[in-house]
Amino acid sequence: MIHQILFFIFAAICVAGALNLLLQKHPINSALSLIVVMGSLALLYLLLGAQFVAAIQIIVYAGAIMVLFVFVIMLLNAGVEEDTHGSRIAVYFGVPAVAGLVGMVLYVLLQSSHIDYQVQLGAFAKPTKDVAMLLFRDFLLPFEVTSVLVLIAIMGAVVLARREP
Amino acid sequence: MVPVTYYLVLSAILFTIGVAAFIFKRNIITIFMSIELMLNAVNLSFVAFANMYQNLNGQIFVFFVMVVAAAEAAVGLAIIISVFRTRETLNVDRVNLLKL
Repeated sequence: MIHQILFFIFAAICVAGALNLLLQKHPINSALSLIVVMGSLALLYLLLGAQFVAAIQIIVYAGAIMVLFVFVIMLLNAGVEEDTHGSRIAVYFGVPAVAGLVGMVLYVLLQSSHIDYQVQLGAFAKPTKDVAMLLFRDFLLPFEVTSVLVLIAIMGAVVLARREP
Repeated sequence: MVPVTYYLVLSAILFTIGVAAFIFKRNIITIFMSIELMLNAVNLSFVAFANMYQNLNGQIFVFFVMVVAAAEAAVGLAIIISVFRTRETLNVDRVNLLKL
């Protein structure tokens, strides 16, 4: 019962935040509503028994990535977005595209109604130690490859954002 | 007890809103944020399936998705800064040449 209440509260906050991201005109409002979405997603991860993922969702996504976004918005002094001719074309073609996507997703989910698995609170409580064993033993090579990826991303960001001499 | 389908439906809703924001928004930073919203929606699916199959591999994939998202955010925001420095705008309709 408590699981259902928490799920519906935070699912509603998620969807409301995502819709607010879509409807707001100023990018700083969109960024703050995206932080709300990420925070409530972290609680949904806790309900699904993924404590480690919930923690790094808060630390990496809401902490690091969104701070970077807010910082860039303030650095570039981004204002209210203007309504250009291209955005009206995007609405004419985008509404049917989104409607088609919604229909497709709903069709697939209705077809897969044989999945009747019930998520139970606390039934899947693997400790973070198991995640670490998997990450540093079975997925060691992908983990090391991500360090190279992050290094390349750092160098790319420095080169791209550097002021031309 | 919540059916796992509810989590998948929530993930689908978030992904669709992300696609809609990607199409409708004109500000390049907001478009970038809608990509992050889509990545988050997929992460929710991964964690839900990890719970369903009682397997931690889904959570490891979420970890890798987050690493890639962080790298992508750093490079993408550097590109945005570079574009803004030369074109003096954040509207994607005014950035219509295949060069800076």
